[in-house]
Amino acid sequence: MLKFTAEHEWLKLEDGVATVGITAHAAEQLGDLVFVELPEVGAELTKDGNAATVESVKAASDVYAPLDGEVTEVNQAIVDDPSLVNSDPQGAAWFFKLKLKNAADADALMDEAAYKDLIG
Amino acid sequence: MDDQSVLHTTPLHALHLSLGAKMVPFAGYDMPVQYPLGVMKEHLHTRAAAGLFDVSHMGQVIVKAKSGSYEDAALALEKLVPVDILGLKEGRQRYGFFTDANGGILDDLMITNRGDHLLVVVNAACKDADLAHMKANLPNCDVTLLDDRALVALQGPRSQAVLAELWAGVSGMKFMDVREVPLHDVPCIISRSGYSGEDGFEISIPADKAEEIAKALLGHPDCEAIGLGARDSLRLEAGLCLYGNDIDATTSPIEASLEWAIQKARKAGGDREGGFPGAERILGELANGTTRRRVGLKPEGKAPVRSHAKLYADAEGKTELGEVTSGTFGPSVEGPVAMGYLPVSHASAGTTVYAEVRGKYLPMTVAALPFITPTYKR
Repeated sequence: MLKFTAEHEWLKLEDGVATVGITAHAAEQLGDLVFVELPEVGAELTKDGNAATVESVKAASDVYAPLDGEVTEVNQAIVDDPSLVNSDPQGAAWFFKLKLKNAADADALMDEAAYKDLIG
Repeated sequence: MDDQSVLHTTPLHALHLSLGAKMVPFAGYDMPVQYPLGVMKEHLHTRAAAGLFDVSHMGQVIVKAKSGSYEDAALALEKLVPVDILGLKEGRQRYGFFTDANGGILDDLMITNRGDHLLVVVNAACKDADLAHMKANLPNCDVTLLDDRALVALQGPRSQAVLAELWAGVSGMKFMDVREVPLHDVPCIISRSGYSGEDGFEISIPADKAEEIAKALLGHPDCEAIGLGARDSLRLEAGLCLYGNDIDATTSPIEASLEWAIQKARKAGGDREGGFPGAERILGELANGTTRRRVGLKPEGKAPVRSHAKLYADAEGKTELGEVTSGTFGPSVEGPVAMGYLPVSHASAGTTVYAEVRGKYLPMTVAALPFITPTYKR
């Protein structure tokens, strides 16, 4: 199941674990990324709290935790090559995996159609 | 000015929109921050070929003595800048700055000897204040803002080849030369200078011909439109100051490591020693040094360290030293680059300091400026 947030993140949900990344729309708006900082594995994230940082030539932007949960895995590939976020934002350039505190929380997030309406 | 206010536009505004630029408010103008190419590729294209920048928001000002004499205009302006303007030859340009009574910097500017008058180019954000400053302090001169001219910068190693399509004589110009030349049959003022660390030109064009000439330059296969985003990363790699970030009224020219711009004639023992606002402090610092200096800073890791990041002597954030004044990712350096102020005790190249970024203390090495090798045609 694929879900989206108003903060332009996508979540792929499997067995209470969300794989989280930023949307193609967000990646395009940010421009060429040059730096990615990811949370530590084991970190407890709170919905809307800072989870990661991405930087373009121009500016740094925060990536927020879409839901409460614990980080179980991070994608070192985008730290090593931030341009992957621009080239494959909704595929190979996932950010982290989050074991959700309450799997049902994800139900309230947007589906793809609702997100497409949001970004126009 | 906030985003809600009415923004000024430059004579090239319609061209920016037609090229698909992302526009942002900058110093009261609606300006292109980037085009569809994006900041990274725009930056690299400028260093590899040629880029065209709209800098029409900057103030182009004529300073002409009521007597009509260049010497009178030069001596008048020398009362406001610690620069040798009398000794500037006709058709030559020099960098300078307005100083205040405390020896701080009010703005930085380019000054050209145009034969019987001076042409000065000032920053957009300081334009009104600079005009008022000159009008108040140069009573024997007429100070006129040229608000009917655009200004474009053509920068990069292929700039000469691009401009040569419009004017074959361009190869005769050297760095900091200024010529009045007809392009498309209108008089343009061309200087061989810029703000990227590359060879290049700044071209002042009558407003009604600006789009036609910009399009002609962009018609060359080596030339791309470049936005303010890449302008900032290019100038930072080149070690050039941005007024309001790296220099302002709280920084003296010597603290800012700009003593190279003060010629012998205005220094102690020179023909026209002092005689500019803040001379006592500035000449004193030239003789005795300062407590802090603007330096290049190279982050050791991959994270960009942005302006206002605090700098410390230690990795625990105990002893604060100063702050970063400009910082970004340098596409040509392929890593983060920054500038900032440090006490002279920590300002030697090779010194390690620590910048606070998101609660961490990241090591940075004091580095010689510029970060790239300039290609000026001296």
